[in-house]
Amino acid sequence: MALRQPPVDHATKTTDFGGWEMPVEFDSIRKEHRAVREGVGKFDVSHMGEVTVSGPDAKELMQRLVTNDVASLGSGGAQYGAVTDSEGTILDDTVLYNRPDEDGFLFIPNAGHGAQMTERWETHRKEWDLDATVTNRTEAYAMFAVQGPDSPALLGDKSNIALEQLSPFEVAAGTVGGQEAYIARTGYTGEAGFEVLCEWDDAQHVWDTLDCQPCGLGARDTLRLEQGFLLSGEDFDPDDNPRTPYEAGIGFAVDLDTEFVGRDELVGKTNPDETFTGIVLDERGVPRAGYDITTTDGESIGTVTSGTMSPTLDQPIALGYIPAEYASEERTVQVRIRGEPKKAHTRDPPFLS
Amino acid sequence: MSFEIPDDCQYLESHEWARTENDTIRIGISDFAQDELGDVVFVELPNEGDAVEQDSEFGVVESIKAVSDIYAPVSGTVTAINEELFDVPELLNEDPYGDGWMIEVEFDDENELDALLSPDAYREQIE
Repeated sequence: MALRQPPVDHATKTTDFGGWEMPVEFDSIRKEHRAVREGVGKFDVSHMGEVTVSGPDAKELMQRLVTNDVASLGSGGAQYGAVTDSEGTILDDTVLYNRPDEDGFLFIPNAGHGAQMTERWETHRKEWDLDATVTNRTEAYAMFAVQGPDSPALLGDKSNIALEQLSPFEVAAGTVGGQEAYIARTGYTGEAGFEVLCEWDDAQHVWDTLDCQPCGLGARDTLRLEQGFLLSGEDFDPDDNPRTPYEAGIGFAVDLDTEFVGRDELVGKTNPDETFTGIVLDERGVPRAGYDITTTDGESIGTVTSGTMSPTLDQPIALGYIPAEYASEERTVQVRIRGEPKKAHTRDPPFLS
Repeated sequence: MSFEIPDDCQYLESHEWARTENDTIRIGISDFAQDELGDVVFVELPNEGDAVEQDSEFGVVESIKAVSDIYAPVSGTVTAINEELFDVPELLNEDPYGDGWMIEVEFDDENELDALLSPDAYREQIE
């Protein structure tokens, strides 16, 4: 099957990510990473899904399929949440917007999940006999992230939206480079930043308007790893690495006072045996997905789900699941790299603080 | 994009270079290889005195995004390693044919060099 193309011609190294041919790096991961931590960088994240839900029962449908308190969200509000199955296993994590300019919701499934989530919403809409319209708009909307301490100044110049009035997890409708767009104060880097959604056909113009360092998926990964943010398909996966939101460290995005698929199972799972932890390697090497985490005696206690060399700290860092008793502060562990045990210690993410 | 391919080296299909000086050769990775890998952050090398075997891996280069085994162009004994790479692995990106060299090997059989690619043949492979 041919890879889907983003809306912008990037002319750089690309990789298959969720069925999309996306840029990996434009200059170097280090340079792009530094731009976001110290200045501003832009990412084409048009591989992320977009699904709209409208109609009289839109709010109820959203509430019953997402772990967070969707009903509390006013117009122009954004929220992080998980989509769980009836066992409480995370199928996807998502940011959802209560649309600022019209009734209804827009939510952002991960790359390659747009069709699956649309189908899930539609199936449950029918089952529950709700009056709502669910539409997969993944190839109608382009999405760019503009991230870094200088992003408010850069984007502010190009938009008619008063960005200083936009709080974290708020979304507004307006223009970027003269084209209609949503701007949300959200991101995946831990820096001040925004995500911009515009019409697919306007994407090249909007991208070119955002005059700053282009960044690829490589820097996106190192930036989110330093914050300990989950990556769907790596840090959780319903088939290969099934996890509840409590195991994955996103219990803050679960509201058990609401009714959603998976809620009844999760009530008894708020103190999991295994938890998501950060690991810092104290020796040279790069911890990567699949590597064994062991005790100092060499007993296997878990697996690295993602890892890298942190460009900011210049230290090897990793994320993974281990028994809860080892996840407490600064326990000494080992990571086995190509058969060799390397000394490491646990710590709560984020790694930057 | 065009990559540097010095005329005084021979190459492996797996993107290592070998520069012969008398009966030893110096080994590293090509400009193309360092560009493909991106920011190199970690290098694993054999010890002096270790034996290496033609077309077998002798070391590992890790960039932020990938791990790559490095293969020996000839069989022989390691006579020197570039220890500076342990502290400054980015030399592999900055100067792959110079300060970013990896090991020197005293080779067993000169005829093994015939199996290596010429600069022109290597250029053809990567273009």
